[in-house]
Amino acid sequence: MKSLAELQAIRDRARAQIELRQENPNAAKVLVGMATCGIAAGARPVLNAFTEEIAKRGLTKDVTVTQTGCIGICQYEPVVEVEVPGQEKVTYVKVAPEMVPRIVNDHLVNHNVVTEYTIGAIK
Amino acid sequence: MRELSLNVMDVAQNSVRAQASLIYITVTESDKEDNLTITISDNGCGMTDEQVQQVIDPFFTTRTTRKVGLGVPLFKLSAEQTGGSFDIKSKLGEGTATTASYVKSSVDMTPLGDINDTVKILIQCNPDIDFVFTHSTDLDSFTLDTRELREILAGVPLDTPDVLEWIRQFLEENTQNIYGGAEK
Repeated sequence: MKSLAELQAIRDRARAQIELRQENPNAAKVLVGMATCGIAAGARPVLNAFTEEIAKRGLTKDVTVTQTGCIGICQYEPVVEVEVPGQEKVTYVKVAPEMVPRIVNDHLVNHNVVTEYTIGAIK
Repeated sequence: MRELSLNVMDVAQNSVRAQASLIYITVTESDKEDNLTITISDNGCGMTDEQVQQVIDPFFTTRTTRKVGLGVPLFKLSAEQTGGSFDIKSKLGEGTATTASYVKSSVDMTPLGDINDTVKILIQCNPDIDFVFTHSTDLDSFTLDTRELREILAGVPLDTPDVLEWIRQFLEENTQNIYGGAEK
């Protein structure tokens, strides 16, 4: 069983790294739409896929993954907004977990927007 | 919604928006009593009696981005279609408690689904809010209280990846236990 002692060990390890984490004003943001519409369309596995892919690539200090509400385009859910500092915000639509590694690799790592997944490509 | 856990995630976000600092999520299952009850309660801003009536109406929402609000109506439907019941109790300035009660054996019962994933994501996305999650069956029950975790973590945020992984495993192991699975 998971013990609280284990949590203490995690705390001590995290403390050593925590300053690095807070001193990153240039962190990119991934916002997953998680209102009723997003959740019903399958946003939860998408958010998990982003979290996993970002952890796998060791990008947790450079990218934050969080949820946002409904931005009014429910027909295109799951909707994911990617904000890289200094660049225009990009809105990806009808995102499936299979699309996530490519968005992380192309957009968040190499700063090339995956144009065919964006709202511009669908409209 | 394909899983009740998704309704829970949806409705819990109303508590987040109501500026709650503490949210209780309680799932009580009983095969003996053929019942599953989900309660989401918070210490947020609460609602007037009139507002409580409004949130049950699908054509009411406080949002300006669209004209419908389906979170609460879908949750209510999921319970009532099994022959269960649904209730919202709220007091302005004190908080809100939403309870959905299901007849487990009903053909129209929606599976609970991955409730642990819901709890983990709620903590991940709202690391400054405290969650108390209790899940019980006829066999046993367990509670995850982020206030206790916070005390041990002493300033390390709950959304630290290693902490979230600990939470995930804690939930998984305890869930196996209350469903009578083998202990690791």
